[in-house]
Amino acid sequence: MIWLREGRGAESSNLAFRMTEAIRSKEGEEARPVGKSGFKAIRDKKKARPLRRRLKESAIHSFFFINGILAVIVLIGIFGFLLASAIPTFKEVPLKQFFISTKWDPTSPVKPEYGILSMIASTIIVTIGALVIAIPIGLGVAAYLSDVAHWRVREIVKPIVEILAGIPSVVVGFLGIVLFGPAIAKIFHLSNGLNAINGSVLLAIMALPTIISISEDSLNAVPQAHSEASLALGASRWQTLVRVKIPAALSGIIASFMLGMGRAIGETMTVLMATGNARSFPHGLLSSIRTMTANIAIELGEVPYYTTHYYALFAIGLVLFLMTFAVNMAADLILHRYQEREQ
Amino acid sequence: MKKRVIQFIGFLILRGCLYFVMAVLFLFLYDIIHKGGGAISLEFLTQAPRRGMTQGGIFPAIIGTFLVTMVTAICAIPLGMFAAIYLNEYARQSRITRVIRLSIRNLSGVPSIVYGLFGVILFVNILKFGTSILSAGLTLGLLTLPWTITASEEALKTVPNSYREGSLALGATKWQAIRTNVLPYAIPGMLTGAILGLARAAGETAPIMFTGAAFYLPFLPKSLTDQFMALPYHLYILATQHHEISLVRPLAYGTALVLIVFVLGMNMIATIIRYRLRKKKRG
Repeated sequence: MIWLREGRGAESSNLAFRMTEAIRSKEGEEARPVGKSGFKAIRDKKKARPLRRRLKESAIHSFFFINGILAVIVLIGIFGFLLASAIPTFKEVPLKQFFISTKWDPTSPVKPEYGILSMIASTIIVTIGALVIAIPIGLGVAAYLSDVAHWRVREIVKPIVEILAGIPSVVVGFLGIVLFGPAIAKIFHLSNGLNAINGSVLLAIMALPTIISISEDSLNAVPQAHSEASLALGASRWQTLVRVKIPAALSGIIASFMLGMGRAIGETMTVLMATGNARSFPHGLLSSIRTMTANIAIELGEVPYYTTHYYALFAIGLVLFLMTFAVNMAADLILHRYQEREQ
Repeated sequence: MKKRVIQFIGFLILRGCLYFVMAVLFLFLYDIIHKGGGAISLEFLTQAPRRGMTQGGIFPAIIGTFLVTMVTAICAIPLGMFAAIYLNEYARQSRITRVIRLSIRNLSGVPSIVYGLFGVILFVNILKFGTSILSAGLTLGLLTLPWTITASEEALKTVPNSYREGSLALGATKWQAIRTNVLPYAIPGMLTGAILGLARAAGETAPIMFTGAAFYLPFLPKSLTDQFMALPYHLYILATQHHEISLVRPLAYGTALVLIVFVLGMNMIATIIRYRLRKKKRG
């Protein structure tokens, strides 16, 4: 490395050094410890530039850095602001009662009640319903696309699935009212079809694109050698799919289920429009329910600012945020570990 | 023999899953196009709602959605680009970038109504923008941020390293290299990704419900601090909040069709541009 310091030669080799350094960091490898001489050479080179130019460069660097950490700031900001707006609730409502009471009647003139258990139960029921529908179908489509379908079929189907993902949730909710509602009412002999099962069907449809694309990616990521070995041992393609590929891709598949679940928990407009929004504790898939998201959407527009009711809605928002955060983090951990093992 | 029968049935079921999903999608699109098509007319597209929204058109809602999407674009595209430039060009693999990426992935999973609550606190109350186009646009801007960052980063990754190295080897500073040799090649890809994010934002209802969308406004918004009518919110109102549901149903279908055309149209434009870009790159 000594030759780095010599005369004009140092200039060019210096650049070569920086270039390889740049390439190395691009490739995502750990930056190798640089010898003292290398560091010094870079410093000398930088000093050779005019001060103004160096200042400008570092200003630009800091500018981009601030933008880079914006995502972190926003995430912390959302949590912080929700927390700050939720805390005043608990001056009047005991924390325990907030979570275990099923009565939500904040506008009662006699005794306002703030219990969100019915809403949490509603959210869970409608989400589980959605997953029961979406998981087998989503996994089926993913397996078909990755294992059975001709590549031309795949080229056509993938954009179509993206279209499904692009339909706005309010339109899905609208179709829940006009298409699925009457159908469900007829099948189960109900007066109207706005209930948990309607919401589950719609949420399943909305979770499908996520489940399909991530499951398919992880099925495709299973090394070819696995399935070839299985086929060579005399297994059929179906056996290979069920006993080799799906188990091998399981962590990615489970992560896709969890991401779909996160989407279902946080979805607002479809459940608001299609599930009837009754405040009582849910008695099953055919009862009208009101999820946490729907309750915020219904009441935030009418509530007077800075009352306990107002703060309580933000407390529900905080619970919702924490639930989806936990689900997404778990999915992320699974996916991440999976990717690391692949490498 | 038994093995082959099982395989046949298994693949048949998988194929059934696929057909089912396709059928649901086509049922959706058919229903909306079939029943919404009848409501579309020149009057519907260019007039304000009349007679308690039972007649007239959705012109203010179209304009409102367009304006708010513009604000979203102005807010989200530059921020997403800058963040992506930092992540892809300046940052090295470190704990900070890992935290940033984790935050981005988590932000994309935050429920849209939580963004709405955040917008109410920050933009409406703390920054005192009130319920306005500005508040709603900024809220949607934050919502699309994870998408624009990811899309911009993808675009930056497609620029070959030799472009950067060539520029650096000629003595350019890092920023000069990025400005002259990286961004010109990455910007089309960044914009297509951003359009996809914007399409999603344009169809969102929950974040704008409390940050600026209005039930009914007889006039168009005049400034950024005015309230506005938006297509998704208008559809929600027509579908659930109106007294004479059956009377406004055709209008609701028409609104749904316009909204879908708006959102899927943006999607389609982005997809076509992306396809062309890829083709150009290949050959």
